[in-house]
Amino acid sequence: MNFERIREKLNILADAAKYDVSCASSGSDRTNKSQGLGNASKMGICHSYTEDGRCISLLKILLTNHCIFDCAYCVTRKSNDVQRAAFKIQEVVDLTINFYRRNYIEGLFLSSGIFKDADYTMERLVAVAKKLREEENFNGYIHLKSIPGASDELMYEAGLYADRLSVNIEVPTISGLKLLAPDKKHEDFTKPMLKVKNEIVRYKAERKIIKSTPKYAPAGQSTQMIVGASGETDKDIMYSAVHYYKNYQMRRVYYSGYVPVADDMRLPAIGSQVPMLRENRLYQTDWLLRFYGFAINEILNKEHPNLDMDVDPKLSWALRNLHHFPVDVNSADKTILARIPGIGMRSVDKILKARRFRRLNWDHLKKIGVALNRAQYFMVCDSRHWERRDLDAEKIKGMILQTSSGKFRNQYSTQLSLFN
Amino acid sequence: MQPSKTLIYDGSFNGFLTAVFVAFDEKINVADIQENGQGQNGLFSESETIFTHVDKAKRVWNGIRNKSHNAIANVYFAFLSETEGVELILYTYIQKLMATHNGKQMDYSDGIVLHIDQLAKKVGREKHRMEAFVRFQLTKDDIYFANIEPDFDVLPLISKHFRNRYADQQWLIYDVKRNYGIYYNLDHVEMVSLNLKEIHFNKIHKSDAFVSEEYDYQTLWNDYFKSTGIKSRINPKLHTQHVPKRYWKYLSEKKQAV
Repeated sequence: MNFERIREKLNILADAAKYDVSCASSGSDRTNKSQGLGNASKMGICHSYTEDGRCISLLKILLTNHCIFDCAYCVTRKSNDVQRAAFKIQEVVDLTINFYRRNYIEGLFLSSGIFKDADYTMERLVAVAKKLREEENFNGYIHLKSIPGASDELMYEAGLYADRLSVNIEVPTISGLKLLAPDKKHEDFTKPMLKVKNEIVRYKAERKIIKSTPKYAPAGQSTQMIVGASGETDKDIMYSAVHYYKNYQMRRVYYSGYVPVADDMRLPAIGSQVPMLRENRLYQTDWLLRFYGFAINEILNKEHPNLDMDVDPKLSWALRNLHHFPVDVNSADKTILARIPGIGMRSVDKILKARRFRRLNWDHLKKIGVALNRAQYFMVCDSRHWERRDLDAEKIKGMILQTSSGKFRNQYSTQLSLFN
Repeated sequence: MQPSKTLIYDGSFNGFLTAVFVAFDEKINVADIQENGQGQNGLFSESETIFTHVDKAKRVWNGIRNKSHNAIANVYFAFLSETEGVELILYTYIQKLMATHNGKQMDYSDGIVLHIDQLAKKVGREKHRMEAFVRFQLTKDDIYFANIEPDFDVLPLISKHFRNRYADQQWLIYDVKRNYGIYYNLDHVEMVSLNLKEIHFNKIHKSDAFVSEEYDYQTLWNDYFKSTGIKSRINPKLHTQHVPKRYWKYLSEKKQAV
């Protein structure tokens, strides 16, 4: 192994891959076979965390950062003056295996800039995965990027070796895509997505009849959208996310606050702040949709095209719909409980179990882990004390903000600070 | 009413289960269950030494498991937390469990049940952390070696995970704090205790116990760790929340640059 050369390449190609948010290693049930190396942990394991607090569970690299496209938001675009490098297939395999054996990673996340054409690139990605599975008997997690425009045959083969496939649509609106990535067509993104979705559906159906059907992308597919690059509203982003969840059966849609990487008239300037709070609010909305039984038009609609920055989306929904409250925690349904701000799904489960034994009061709820500073205004329990005042939404919001703190608070506060 | 008794057991999980068996069997009014040598006699209770009996322990294990799979995991995990006085709490928990109709419905508004649940969760978290934070280093004898210093005694819990995962390599995970380790010899996992001359944390000095290539991979991993972070999003508080500082010593990516 030419250590210095590998080191240089790894630095360049890991650096270029870091803007991909997804690092999930969960959802695959691949087991170790014939005393080989590795298995995929169903719940996923984060082996370390970067200094910005994101999980590191996969070796996330590009095969190459040479690219024929010129997408404005991308750091490896053709016109950007950066160092270029490319891994050989064997080099990626060696790195993955050796990192895996030392328990550094759960597996490999391989993406690539597009050199020559889509199929040529996809072929190389598939070759790496194939080598890992067949020559090294590697059963860890592999996430491959579907290259926009890759052919159906290659996408089929990719799914046989990979646990997850993903295409990043990056720009949530078609008009934004035209503006920022004029070389790419929307159909290029959806074509491999559709193929993978159909194959997963087929695999699931066939597996019911023939147990030994070869696995096809057991961890499903995911996609990613950049937030804050092309002036879209939260409504645009979330409606398009819902579209992908529904029509392409995505396991996850990731939202990535745009990190300025280029001086371009069409984009926020270098040095402008990454919209981390907005990203956070979008994830909260995503969770409300997937686990809490909310419908998208309850949270975002024509009157409210953007999420509140100062309070979380559930609280903001509750404040707009005070007529649903207060809720009695000792008798309400699961779905209603899940809608009380400050009560998460875990608390809901505990409440349901505990209230079979006795009626719950504030003390019980506090011990169970309910965030009472928010929840107290929206519920009653087995106690003589509850919020009797007739408070309007603004007032409740004010009181909640007063008794809580948030690390992003100073970014959107209208209060002038006395010092500095 | 019977006078209350303190039961003394040998510190093993089987020993504890035997004590529970004896307590149920002889309808003892239990004052406390204590580990041998750490005991403190109560003023008004006598003590009885329990000899570990695997069959009796197994009956208790099966009894709890038949009530609820969740409960047996909770009991085992909470026991491994090595918290002072956990034995008596566990005993009460088992009593409560046995009194329930089908064990499925445990009362989370009950202090003991919630406490055991939270203890078990803590140990579970530590187990998961160890599955993540173990860093193997390849020795010249072709063994992947790691030393750890977990908050709780989680080695018995993680052995299955590592055996399933690294089926084709010899590995050894050593708990420096409790002075024992688990070793996989390509066939099965066994308990070992070593005379470690030095503890291999991520110091700059290179040990000659490891192959030279080992340090190359550590450097690569260290580099990868650095280049995958995004500087404009830096958030040290979140970082230490996920990777608490007490673990840094053994993580090669947290090694300071030479």
